[in-house]
Amino acid sequence: MLREILSRVKQGHRTMKFPAGPPPGMPDRYRGRPELSGGPCPEDCGACAEACPTGALEFDGGTRLDMGKCLFCADCASACPRGLIAFSQNYRMSARRRQDLIVAKGAETFELARALDKKLRRLFGRSLKLRQVSAGGCNACEADVNVLGTIGWDMGRFGIQFVASPRHADGLLVTGPITRNMELALRKTYDAVPEPKLVIAVGSCAISGGPYIDHGEVLNGADSSLKVDLYVPGCPPHPLTVLDGLLRLLGRIDGEEEP
Amino acid sequence: MNGRGPGATDLAGGSALRLDSIPLLTVDELSGIALETVAAGGRIASLFAARTKGIEGVQIFAVLADDGRNLLSVARAAVEGDAFPALAPLCPQAQAFEREIAEQYGLVPEGHPWLKPLRYHASWTGRDAWGRKAGAPIPPGVGDFFRVEGDQVHEVAVGPVHAGVIEPGHFRFQCHGEKVFHLEIALGYQHRGIEAAMAGGPDKRSIHYAETAAGDTSVGHATAYAQVCESLATCQEPARAQALRGVALELERLANHVGDLGALSGDVGYQPSASYCGRIRGDLLNMTALVCGNRFGRGFVVPGGVGFDVGADRADELLRRLLAAERDTEVAVRLLWDNQSVMARLEDTGPISKGVALELGLVGPAARASGLARDVRFDQPTGIFRFVQIPVSTYDSGDVFARAFVRWLEIRQSIVFVRDLLGAVPSGGIASPLGPLAPDSLAVSLVEGWRGEICHAAITDERGRFARYKVVDPSFHNWAALAYAMRGQDISDFPLCNKSFNLSYCGHDL
Repeated sequence: MLREILSRVKQGHRTMKFPAGPPPGMPDRYRGRPELSGGPCPEDCGACAEACPTGALEFDGGTRLDMGKCLFCADCASACPRGLIAFSQNYRMSARRRQDLIVAKGAETFELARALDKKLRRLFGRSLKLRQVSAGGCNACEADVNVLGTIGWDMGRFGIQFVASPRHADGLLVTGPITRNMELALRKTYDAVPEPKLVIAVGSCAISGGPYIDHGEVLNGADSSLKVDLYVPGCPPHPLTVLDGLLRLLGRIDGEEEP
Repeated sequence: MNGRGPGATDLAGGSALRLDSIPLLTVDELSGIALETVAAGGRIASLFAARTKGIEGVQIFAVLADDGRNLLSVARAAVEGDAFPALAPLCPQAQAFEREIAEQYGLVPEGHPWLKPLRYHASWTGRDAWGRKAGAPIPPGVGDFFRVEGDQVHEVAVGPVHAGVIEPGHFRFQCHGEKVFHLEIALGYQHRGIEAAMAGGPDKRSIHYAETAAGDTSVGHATAYAQVCESLATCQEPARAQALRGVALELERLANHVGDLGALSGDVGYQPSASYCGRIRGDLLNMTALVCGNRFGRGFVVPGGVGFDVGADRADELLRRLLAAERDTEVAVRLLWDNQSVMARLEDTGPISKGVALELGLVGPAARASGLARDVRFDQPTGIFRFVQIPVSTYDSGDVFARAFVRWLEIRQSIVFVRDLLGAVPSGGIASPLGPLAPDSLAVSLVEGWRGEICHAAITDERGRFARYKVVDPSFHNWAALAYAMRGQDISDFPLCNKSFNLSYCGHDL
């Protein structure tokens, strides 16, 4: 017992202050929310769209980047001859509507995830139990969702918890592109969650299919079969992006400012 | 000379082979070579079917490793008709490979003791090994399961959706009371078509398929992919890139091993180490993020070298964090070995004997925990591991404790390796131009990922595109061991046994 107490003293208190305090610092090479700058691109360019592995970039007069498909590999940024694409340090990317994940050229504002309505917030605001379903996920999204339960993040502080049964859950947190082989299991798990229920799609796979877009073996994301309430882009999203999205959904964070 | 019959061709030094330099054998000859290699202590690193230009029908390729002699060889045989004699009855480590060949190409391995689909998808050739109608749905996990009959024997079915935040798989236990007689594992739920999609590449998605084949092993799989490309393009990645790949690979191992020790601790209900290790794992992932911006190493390994340099300041910061992680891990993990109630749960649980490990062809920490000194970094070194060797860590009890303890030994070795390497990164560039891939050739690359041997093999067509790309995640070899480890165990120990292997579902299902 003495050893445990000594180890506890050595390891110290590690739970972060966020969101009451500042968020943990992101590494300088972190590739967060993409930004498209500059005036109109030359019509004959399109190097960014050419370089993108998942078709996240559309180049037809005004360049647009779909964060829901983006793997954050930054191949587009390297390909752009005029250096107009940058991946910022901004980790806030979650959205309630699919179209809000599309970054337009020169856009200065974007629609971050809004809180649930008052009724749902009263139900889930202080206690949100989620069942996680991986449907073709590569275990990166799963791992960095799991990390929110560790002492550093301690998601339990906000009443958010992963539960073992869909019957105990208020919603599903879905990862992976939804393989055909998981379609039925996902549907059954969803059906077993009592109403009202939420669906949270984490990672580019769960939003669009990610690297597996248009493979015959997958269904291109969770909204192929379920109504999604929160999209968290990334490949995988940083745990801070996931937590930020969840806290916005519950109305515990809003706006753009750092706390 | 090297204990193999004629017909197997050396894959010396990771260089690519012209396809026409690999003799075309009969399946019987190929089987003979494989059996001989396995009998001499070697193993099957990969066994797959492919079609190549100019040769009628489907061929079977075997990549054989003879670790004792540090040899890697390849043999191929032409399959005549729709069937071939199975190796599995004589060589259990071939069983999953032959099911895969049956599923992908519709060839029947005759005499296979348990010929079931592996991933539940339609065949690539239109020919079906089970005679199922074209276009008929193939529901995953549906079909025969091995059943134990008898009074009071009952069956427990778990999954595909599990209780924790984990990937899907179906487990079917045959139990008598609490005791497990037999466990059968059905996978395939994570199948997303990686191998089929790799064909025709390399293209802009190829590296992403490699990085997400098993997303917790992004550096390992991306390195294996990059090495295959480099072999085929005769591209020598710079020494600096080799060293930095080594650092990233060991950081990946550190994060996962520390995380696994924490998870094992959690599974036996011992919270202190579970909490500490969970957090330290995050610190280690953040070190990878410091290197390349992504906690899983996405974007770091590129064919030809690495995508990011690590300058002196960054190396110093990594060393500072490594020291802190080392101190914290030491405290957290020592608690486990010093606590009798923890040890009582780990020891003698889920044992795999050395003989069984050999027969099943296990790789990675699971093999080393059963006393097999088997480690690609040592036996089949590539990149930096040709110059800097990491001693192989083994233990001999083969139980959950051994699998945990080997991880701990490896954690310490990897820390020393990363520290030494970061203190002396070779100077020079970080990437060489790749160039076109050699046409009509075969290349194989082996990387010791944190779960064990990752084997990628590529065959190019006449234009230097992938005609066939074969991925073997270490889990592919090791899933059978989890089933075996459960024999005679209490069913309540399943989560603990499962975690002690911590195998990849997506790496198996591809």
